[in-house]
Amino acid sequence: MSSNDVTHHAPDDHAHHDHDEHGPAPGLMRWVTTTNHKDIGTLYLWFSLIMFFIGGAMALVIRAELFQPGIQIVDPMFFNSMTTLHAIVMIFGVVMPAFVGLANWMIPMMIGAPDMALPRLNNWSFWIMPFAFLIMLSTLFMDSGGPAGGWTLYPPLVLQMGDSFAFVIFAIHFMGISSVMGSINIVATIFNMRPPGMTFMKMPMFVWTWLITAYLLIATIPVFAGAVTMLLTDRYFGTSFFSAAGGGDPVMFQHIFWFFGHPEVYILILPAFGIVSSIIPTFARKELFGYDSMVYATASIAFLSFIVWAHHMFTTGMPLAGELFFMFSTMMISVPTGVKVFNWVATMWRGAMTFETPMLFAIGFVIMFTVGGLSGLMLAITPADIQYHDTYFVVAHFHYVLVPGAIYSLMAATYYWLPKWTGNMYDEKLGKMHFWISTIFVNVLFFPMHFVGLAGMPRRIPDYSLQFADWNMIATIGAFGFGFSQLMFVYIIVKCVRGGEKATGEVWEGARGLEWTVPSPAPYHTFETAPVIEPSTVTR
Amino acid sequence: MTSNVSRWALLSLMLLLVPLGAWADWGALNMPQGVTEISNEVYTLHMRIFYICCAIGAAVFGVMIYSMFVHRKSKGVKPATFHESTTVEIVWTVVPLIILIVMAIPAARVLIKMEDFSDSEMSIKVTGYQWRWHYEYMDSGVSFFSQLEPTHNQARQMGSDIDLQSTFVPEAGNYQGEGEIYLKEVDNELVVPVGKKIRFLHTAADVIHSWWVPDLAVKKDAIPGFINENWALIEEPGIYRGKCAELCGRDHGFMPVVVRAVSQEEYDSWIAEKQSAMASVTEQSERQWAHQELVSVGEKVYQANCMSCHQAEGQGIPGMFPAIAGSEVATGSIDLHVDTVMNGIEGSMMSKFSDVLSDADIAAVITYQRNAFGNSTGDTLQPAHIKSLRDGLDISAPASVAALPDMNTTTGVN
Amino acid sequence: MTDLPHDPPRRSHARVAGKMVCLAFAMFGFGYLMVPLYDIICDITGLNGKTGRLSIAEAQATQTEIVAEDRKVIVEFVASINQGGSWIFKPMEKTMTVTPGKMYHASYYAENLSDNAVVAQATPSVTPFAAAKYFNKTECFCFTRQAFEPKGSKDMPLTFIIDPDLPINVDRVTLSYTFFRSPNQS
Repeated sequence: MSSNDVTHHAPDDHAHHDHDEHGPAPGLMRWVTTTNHKDIGTLYLWFSLIMFFIGGAMALVIRAELFQPGIQIVDPMFFNSMTTLHAIVMIFGVVMPAFVGLANWMIPMMIGAPDMALPRLNNWSFWIMPFAFLIMLSTLFMDSGGPAGGWTLYPPLVLQMGDSFAFVIFAIHFMGISSVMGSINIVATIFNMRPPGMTFMKMPMFVWTWLITAYLLIATIPVFAGAVTMLLTDRYFGTSFFSAAGGGDPVMFQHIFWFFGHPEVYILILPAFGIVSSIIPTFARKELFGYDSMVYATASIAFLSFIVWAHHMFTTGMPLAGELFFMFSTMMISVPTGVKVFNWVATMWRGAMTFETPMLFAIGFVIMFTVGGLSGLMLAITPADIQYHDTYFVVAHFHYVLVPGAIYSLMAATYYWLPKWTGNMYDEKLGKMHFWISTIFVNVLFFPMHFVGLAGMPRRIPDYSLQFADWNMIATIGAFGFGFSQLMFVYIIVKCVRGGEKATGEVWEGARGLEWTVPSPAPYHTFETAPVIEPSTVTR
Repeated sequence: MTSNVSRWALLSLMLLLVPLGAWADWGALNMPQGVTEISNEVYTLHMRIFYICCAIGAAVFGVMIYSMFVHRKSKGVKPATFHESTTVEIVWTVVPLIILIVMAIPAARVLIKMEDFSDSEMSIKVTGYQWRWHYEYMDSGVSFFSQLEPTHNQARQMGSDIDLQSTFVPEAGNYQGEGEIYLKEVDNELVVPVGKKIRFLHTAADVIHSWWVPDLAVKKDAIPGFINENWALIEEPGIYRGKCAELCGRDHGFMPVVVRAVSQEEYDSWIAEKQSAMASVTEQSERQWAHQELVSVGEKVYQANCMSCHQAEGQGIPGMFPAIAGSEVATGSIDLHVDTVMNGIEGSMMSKFSDVLSDADIAAVITYQRNAFGNSTGDTLQPAHIKSLRDGLDISAPASVAALPDMNTTTGVN
Repeated sequence: MTDLPHDPPRRSHARVAGKMVCLAFAMFGFGYLMVPLYDIICDITGLNGKTGRLSIAEAQATQTEIVAEDRKVIVEFVASINQGGSWIFKPMEKTMTVTPGKMYHASYYAENLSDNAVVAQATPSVTPFAAAKYFNKTECFCFTRQAFEPKGSKDMPLTFIIDPDLPINVDRVTLSYTFFRSPNQS
């Protein structure tokens, strides 16, 4: 901890705090009633880990059906439910809650705050989630089946769904409310809870990216809520927002949806940028290169994300000027994204790197996210996008960005902060094995999708022509390999929670930031008195 | 040493990816070049961006991998302390911008060309239905439905014993050099002339579909209530196969597109043939049919249109699709049965078949359903009855039926 | 060891949270605002083939402008029937060759084949987009909902005028009507 001169109080130093009990409440009620940011963070993380396996099981149903041509396992309708729910679960049930969980755990510790600004709201925003997903998943057992119109919920198709439709909309509303509440809490925490001296430009990148993400969430989730409410009233109350019969327009739904949907994509990746920006400097033992430009790049990505939405809709028919505008604005996004990647590479350059598991996942993130980013650049080119659109090329693209992208950042974060959370080191050897097995399978899984997509395989189909058979078989093998190797992840986490080599407070040799100045495991209450932040204090 | 393990694993991973990248040039794994000027330009554009992306990737990953091998703590290096440089930041903002402009200019040029609809020579209206296409030649009035060919449709059912590999071998004659055709064959092809600028007008009757033929580089959403267009000028005769690209419900994966481009003379004679065939459809619905004839035609119609939901033995899928075997509709009042097939059931997946099937097909499939799967009503429904319903004639008498043993009985519609 | 208590929040949590809640509600409202906004954008750009509508007087005013006599544009008429309900719906003439700036009449024929009275609505759409805002109608059956007797039929007239400012590279305009059973049958 030589680089840090922050003073802090371990909780045991203080026996007399008038406002709060010191330890967690005993028993199960601890988790139900908790307002502690660390407990709630833990709840979010376990929740998303469970959902990861539910969503993953759905993916395996999809891949098993696609293992060979012909229909062997599930009815096409159920197949469509699987693709739809896989997306909803992975986006709203895994990546978003996991990032919120990390925000809960880390943001107060990173900025030197005792807790989140609005602890009771925090409890609520978590506990809504499990119920929302219970409702969502219960539609699978209803007579009219789960949602099968794709996660994009395009009308009129989605309106053909039976009465479980109302439950789906209801569940989406609750997920949205939970996310917005979580985001409000994060904004309030970052604005109000920073101790004196912790200026905005001293905040770690993870805090910065989350601040911007929280704004994106607050700005876009309500738009989505509006769109699904319109679907609901179209279906049950005779409005015609999206029905041409009553003067509406189904394409308008797509505009509103993607006005939410594209920023949503960045909601899923900006916190990942923050995580990677914390991990790479630690293991390169070198300060993050171009911190200021990283902040500006994040902000400009967030801004641009609001003016590119129609690139999801090039085939719906659009005036030429519209097509040109959305092509150029989409291509522009690659500039700040490129700046980020270059900055990470420059951070590694002439560092003194070691390659512990978090670093491996972070580097895996940078490389494979860039692969996804480059195919994204190809997709931006409108004339070519007309060929790529709705094929497996798109599936390959967004899975590269989201699986070895967002999911890898979550795994990197888990390994990186697990010693801080549990006080024990995880099993490094198993961690590395987990990384290498995952990385090989994830590429076996997703790389062939580029080829079948270019060769003409549409997405969301349960059966395909024979020329795609070989690559689909390979992808399915990759899927099962990747899916089952995640059991290792669970094993490693459980093993680490139960014991292991004791971690020091600093944990990593090159660790920077306030979270490493508290002991491991982090006490139930940290920074109950504000740390003193001098201009020279290393906080990021 | 774990770092050694990592290094080998990394190397083998890279080796794994290299051949994958090299294969991207294989025809079957890449975007087809296609047979129109536009499709060729799109292909060129695609390849150019692909190479630029490869170059960017190689540069970035090259630097990264070099750094990972050289700047390691295990080699005893001391970390540098630099952490910002405005010059460098400006360089790597401006250089990508320039690359983007270089990419955007040709892309915009192709796009402008694609959106130029002038000087078209013929129009074809394409309407998406769940789950088939309807084509209407605006000039000649020829129109027909096109859907997955029945043997393919049978083969793709769950539990079908048809071996795909041996059944759908690309035949030497018809499909030579075309590769696999499973799920890519339709009952009625869209025949078009080469060398003519053809406008395709897209709309849909139920949900959003998307008409896509990769070889022509055309993909446009078909949106109910709205009309969209794109165009193609096909240069080479041949068969070009495509698919529906927008999720449109249960059988989204099973509504292929087949375009056969032929010379102008062949096209003209095909149109003439179609026109006379359309006339004979009227004839077919007016003549009297034998029971057995209706049953055997009805079986084929059933396989092509009904089986995927109601299943091969008419058993349906509980909770999703009602059974036909022993059902009230198929064994009770024939009028209800006719109404269900012709008009569909609103708000359900049972679609309206009156504008999809001919009079003869509707009569045949109803006759079949009433006498198959253990249903034994013995009914015979004549196409003429359907025709009279369609013509809007007021028929107060119920569709009359004849008992089974009397094979040659005519209908009661007088 | 310095023992500074946390500063009282510079701004109260309630105020920040309140602002954020307002933002969230405002964005929910914005979602709905996108509906009229979208219509306006469609009118301006011709997105989704929304056609223009003129009063007779406006149309006559346009007509008195210099008419490009030698310019010919082909107008194609297309008819589609959305699912549900038995109809005959077709244009009386499939194409017309028109001169921009002149007023023309066309009509569609619709017949209700069912035994029930049905209210229907036809929705128009024009392609290419570049032409939509220059395609003006003074009279159209699509402006109102149409009631049909059982087995009833109707000729449905339409009067249109193409703005002489129609972009020069547009030589063919398709006017499409889709016939819907109206969601509100009363």
